Amino acid sequence: MPDSTVVGLHHEEHQHPELLHHFADAQQQRDASSLGMWVFLATEVMFFGGLFCAYLIYRRWYFGDFAAASKTINMGYGATNTAVLICSSLTVVLAVWAAQTARRTLLIGSLIVTMLLGVTFLGIKGIEYREKFVEHHVPGASFSFENEPIPGRPGQYANPSHAQIFFSLYFVMTGLHALHMIIGLGIFLWLLTMAWKGRFTPEYHTPVEIGGLYWHFVDIVWIYLFPLLYLIDRHP
Amino acid sequence: MYFAVFFALLVGTGLTVFAATLDLGRFNAPVALGIATVKATLVALFFMHVWHASEKLTKLVVIAALFFLFLLLGLTMTDYATRPWS
Repeated sequence: MPDSTVVGLHHEEHQHPELLHHFADAQQQRDASSLGMWVFLATEVMFFGGLFCAYLIYRRWYFGDFAAASKTINMGYGATNTAVLICSSLTVVLAVWAAQTARRTLLIGSLIVTMLLGVTFLGIKGIEYREKFVEHHVPGASFSFENEPIPGRPGQYANPSHAQIFFSLYFVMTGLHALHMIIGLGIFLWLLTMAWKGRFTPEYHTPVEIGGLYWHFVDIVWIYLFPLLYLIDRHP
Repeated sequence: MYFAVFFALLVGTGLTVFAATLDLGRFNAPVALGIATVKATLVALFFMHVWHASEKLTKLVVIAALFFLFLLLGLTMTDYATRPWS
């Protein structure tokens, strides 16, 4: 009997070479990893939460100036980028599903499409930033926001120094979000090389799953940034 | 299932752009944030598998994160909204 137990253990280890010795089984190891990722995402919620809090305070104080400034950023770019990120979230869940069901081609394809969509997002963001530089809407010495009408208040113009606060928040919030996208692309490049080497199996695909959690979180942040920054007051 | 959520998210994006072009008075912001919250909830529940999470602790962490976010935003905003700032 002891012999067969030992053989059984070895057999188990051979089946799950990724199972670390301090976990009872693969399921527990997966749950621990995903819980760790969720705790990290909770800290990210607070990280972005501080910026959202600053945004809400200034938006309350300088609503008219914020509405005027929001109207000058391109809603089309923002909406397109929202759609791009939603598509990338779909390809991420497809990648996780492909890893669970051992579909290697679909996994690699989904990871590549996700990365292409991520690069598309950053490209559109870059075009948008470039326009802000051309228009002198970047906070700093050359900032200029003269004679911009406040929506809904005829004859009133936005205070440039208040509008500058909007653009500071716009660049910090979208910039921090873009930084998360760049880090996400790095994570997905690593996932792609692992998938290419055939390291993921239905028993072990935790990296795809928690990398996906991170990507979805970045998508959720954008889902809030889009209406808050681009759509403050758009009615004619 | 994933595709249904995907289309709901795209419809939500279209809806939020459309709603922004309407003059809803003071309700523009609540409508935009409401749609965003529905979209974020769909992503979390179905794409991030909170709905089918095998570990109850995951749900606890999500609720705790939201609780502290509302504490941060809620208490700050009640303070700013009720003080006579000049």
